[in-house]
Amino acid sequence: MTPAFSPWLNTLLDGALFVMLLSLLLVAWRLWRGPDAVDRLLALDTLYLNAASLLLVWDLRHPMPLLFEAALMITALGFVGTTAAARYLARHAVIE
Amino acid sequence: MLTLVIVLPLLLGTAACAWAGARLGRRATAALAAAVAALALGALLTQAAPIWAGGAVAEAAQWVPSLGLNWQLRADALSLFFATLILAIGLLVITYASYYLGPTDPPGKFYATLMLFMAAMLGIVLADNLLLLVVFWELTSLASFLLVGYWSEQSPARRGARQALIVTGVGGVVLAAGALLLGEIGGTHQISALVAHGKAIQNHPLFPWALVMVLFGALTKSAQFPFHFWLPDAMAAPTPVSAYLHSATMVKAGLFLLLRLHPLFAGSALFETVALPVGLATLTLGAVVAIFKHDLKGLLAYSTISHLGLIMTMIGLGTVEGVVVAVLHIFNHALFKAALFMSAGIVDHETGSRDLRHVNGMMRYLPWSGLFAIIAAAAMAGIPFFNGFLSKELFFTATLTAPHPLVPILATVAAAASVAYSFRFIHDTFFNGEPGPLPNPHPHEPAWGMRAPVALLAFLCLLFGVMPWLAEPLITRVAAAAAGAPVPELHLALWHHPGLHVAMSAVALAGGGIAYALLMTNRFLHRLDIDRLFGRRAGRWLFAALVARMVRTAAWITRRTETGSLTMIVALVWVSALALVHFTVPWPQTASTPAAPQPTFSTLLVAFPLWLLVAFSAGALLFWHAHRTVAVLLTGVIGLVSAVAFALLSAPDLAMTQIAVEVVSTVMLFLALSFLPKRTPAIPFQRRLVHAAIAVAAGVTVGVLAWWLLVTPRESISWYFLAEALPGGGGRNVVNVILVDFRGYDTFGEITVLGVAALGAWALFFGTSRAQHCTRQTSQWLEPHPHLLRVATTVMLPAALLLSVYLFLRGHNQPGGGFIAGLVTAAALLLVSLAHGFAAANQWVRAQDGWRFARTVGAGIAIAAATGAAAWAFGRPFLTSAHGHPQLPLLGELPLASAALFDLGVYVTVVGATLLLLTPLAAARRNDRETKENGR
Repeated sequence: MTPAFSPWLNTLLDGALFVMLLSLLLVAWRLWRGPDAVDRLLALDTLYLNAASLLLVWDLRHPMPLLFEAALMITALGFVGTTAAARYLARHAVIE
Repeated sequence: MLTLVIVLPLLLGTAACAWAGARLGRRATAALAAAVAALALGALLTQAAPIWAGGAVAEAAQWVPSLGLNWQLRADALSLFFATLILAIGLLVITYASYYLGPTDPPGKFYATLMLFMAAMLGIVLADNLLLLVVFWELTSLASFLLVGYWSEQSPARRGARQALIVTGVGGVVLAAGALLLGEIGGTHQISALVAHGKAIQNHPLFPWALVMVLFGALTKSAQFPFHFWLPDAMAAPTPVSAYLHSATMVKAGLFLLLRLHPLFAGSALFETVALPVGLATLTLGAVVAIFKHDLKGLLAYSTISHLGLIMTMIGLGTVEGVVVAVLHIFNHALFKAALFMSAGIVDHETGSRDLRHVNGMMRYLPWSGLFAIIAAAAMAGIPFFNGFLSKELFFTATLTAPHPLVPILATVAAAASVAYSFRFIHDTFFNGEPGPLPNPHPHEPAWGMRAPVALLAFLCLLFGVMPWLAEPLITRVAAAAAGAPVPELHLALWHHPGLHVAMSAVALAGGGIAYALLMTNRFLHRLDIDRLFGRRAGRWLFAALVARMVRTAAWITRRTETGSLTMIVALVWVSALALVHFTVPWPQTASTPAAPQPTFSTLLVAFPLWLLVAFSAGALLFWHAHRTVAVLLTGVIGLVSAVAFALLSAPDLAMTQIAVEVVSTVMLFLALSFLPKRTPAIPFQRRLVHAAIAVAAGVTVGVLAWWLLVTPRESISWYFLAEALPGGGGRNVVNVILVDFRGYDTFGEITVLGVAALGAWALFFGTSRAQHCTRQTSQWLEPHPHLLRVATTVMLPAALLLSVYLFLRGHNQPGGGFIAGLVTAAALLLVSLAHGFAAANQWVRAQDGWRFARTVGAGIAIAAATGAAAWAFGRPFLTSAHGHPQLPLLGELPLASAALFDLGVYVTVVGATLLLLTPLAAARRNDRETKENGR
């Protein structure tokens, strides 16, 4: 199951993980600062992307069964919530 | 055969009468009812020979053996006596009623409920299982409710029916508790077995409780003081019903029960100290009040109460002699009181009035009916040569053996009163001058069909009065069966040896006559108002006050808790949950840290920022909570991070579920938000402190609970499921196997709750069309249905649906299953609504504004239930699953499990419930748009 990556690649993946974790904190900053609800919504949407890629990279580095599918679910469905929020903010009506 | 006796009226009788009522008319319905009753009587009498010889006939079948509730029937002389009485008087009442009922009274309703009542009564007297008896007991209360309330358009009928149902219903519940307790004490619910070891049961420490509860049931049913008040109010019933239920049969059910259990209670000091005084009080009170009643049926009702008290007194003596007198008087009373009620019905039917102050001098108009009534009333008064005389003489003799001298004195007083009201009944109705103003001023004799039952009963009163020895063999056998012991030789004769009882009889006759004559001087009695005399001390008034008090208390509690404030409800839920946890969780005395694998550096590296993000979001939520949009977004962050954490902690199926729930709930929250103001209204500081206290308490409790679960070593149960999932449930996905197989019943309950909740929410939202708070105009810089979104949906919809099919199909072996698949499908369909608008989506999935989803929910639950019920066909319990792994030529090994079908039910329910919840919100929004645009 464990793919034999070269040490270089492993280091690179670790670096990528680190960057993604850093971006989580940046998302938190955007959530706090705003200044608008739209900014916060974008932060949440970014978080969906971040989460999916975090899971994918983690799966490469430390392979686990089915982690890939959880990422798939996030990408397939995550934007529905964002869309609903965007419609609410833009038109004040989610379904019309 | 005994089963047939009950089942004939219970099923055939009710169904045939209900069917015939509207189609064949009154006479034919009555004929059908009579035929069924006669058949049942015939079936009963085929069993009579061995019972008459002193034996008993028993039948048994299992019903709910685990509860001790079995279809056990047994007929001995006592049961046979009562059953014959029920069926024979039933036949007379059926005949009588076919002439009594008016052209507008629905005959099907009357005869069907009468049949139901008859079956229930037969069930009581034939049951050999206490719990079965309780079942039939409740059934008589229900049937009586329906019969008393037969003229449901009249307010007194409804009130009388309600009152009778509440009093006898409460009695029934208490009796049920007593029956359970007796079964617990005796180790069986079989009456004949319980009665056989009466003495052993009496010595049990719990016996007094059981006794009091059974006695309570019997006293309420038999209208004993202080529960007697329901009987006079039940007189709003049609008179045939009064004759049948309230004199001959139902009110005797309590007495029957005490006779049936007599060996169990006899000799118990408690039984005698309760039953005897209650019986005496009822006897005296009923007799005295009856004199002053101006209503013909009211007089008879109180007289019935009094006679029931007499029988109760006799049973309360606890001796075999007492039982003999009780049985004899039950027999006599059934004969003359049914006749009297029917006579009262004739008078009422012919004159339109039951007021003794106006109905006078009827002898000229109703000579035959008058004659029969006089015979029956003479029996009631206890005049020699009529059957009531015999039981009264024996009653007096028995009271002389009672422990207290007050007993014979009160008995004489009651007997005198009984003579007085009997005189009044006859004198006021048939003589005493000319009729007053009557609704029908030209009364005449009714059809012979109405008079014949009365004539027959009156004849029997006379027959057993003149030739009392005819009743001897019957009474001896019945009393012996009730007492469970041989009865001393009984000699019924008109003239016994002289003694004190003769003097008592003479005093009662003379005293009653004189008292009535004095009261009637110058029609003084007609000017008395007994109800005003008793006023607020009357049982009826106290009962009404009690009920009103309960309603007020309930309303007060509702007002205080159901303020319409969701905050209040949430607070109540949390406080109760916290109290529950606090008082029920066995908090540990010591905590120990079990050896756990230490986290690696890289795990910590990921865990720490995630933890930081959750902590930050929670903190920010505290800060921004009044901003509803931001609050929803922050909650979304917390949900997403939880999902990531689940995924990384090797719970991918949990993560997938969490994501799907997150998405659907975000859509729902924003849908709901468009009805609400953007900011939470400000609340006073003190109230916020309370909120904060509840929140902190809840948070700390949950945190401590989680911590405690982690640090306390305990026996895990997961090994069982891990080991058994594949061999026992046929699936490798342990979570799913647990959901649909091991704990399938829980899941079935859960999807039902989900469906019910969705239907409830749908019903509440239904027709919501106005968003009151969204007056603020928002910038509309987005198209209603953007092209980009529609294209994206077109691409995503098949993919998402495929994903849900995939998740569903592999669910039993790998992460997935009906719940996740259902949420994914729902999310995909939601996306269509988002992109194309409600109208288009509504049309596309033929949602019919949600009606279709309501049916979907039902279908899902039905599929799950049918899968569960299919196990019955193989003789297995509900929801037993079957599975197999057949080898197919092309596909290879195919894992099949019936649980997958159950999972399909889960899937369908989840899809239906989710969409059903969201549809009214979406539809309401649309309506609001339309009204706005129309208004512009």
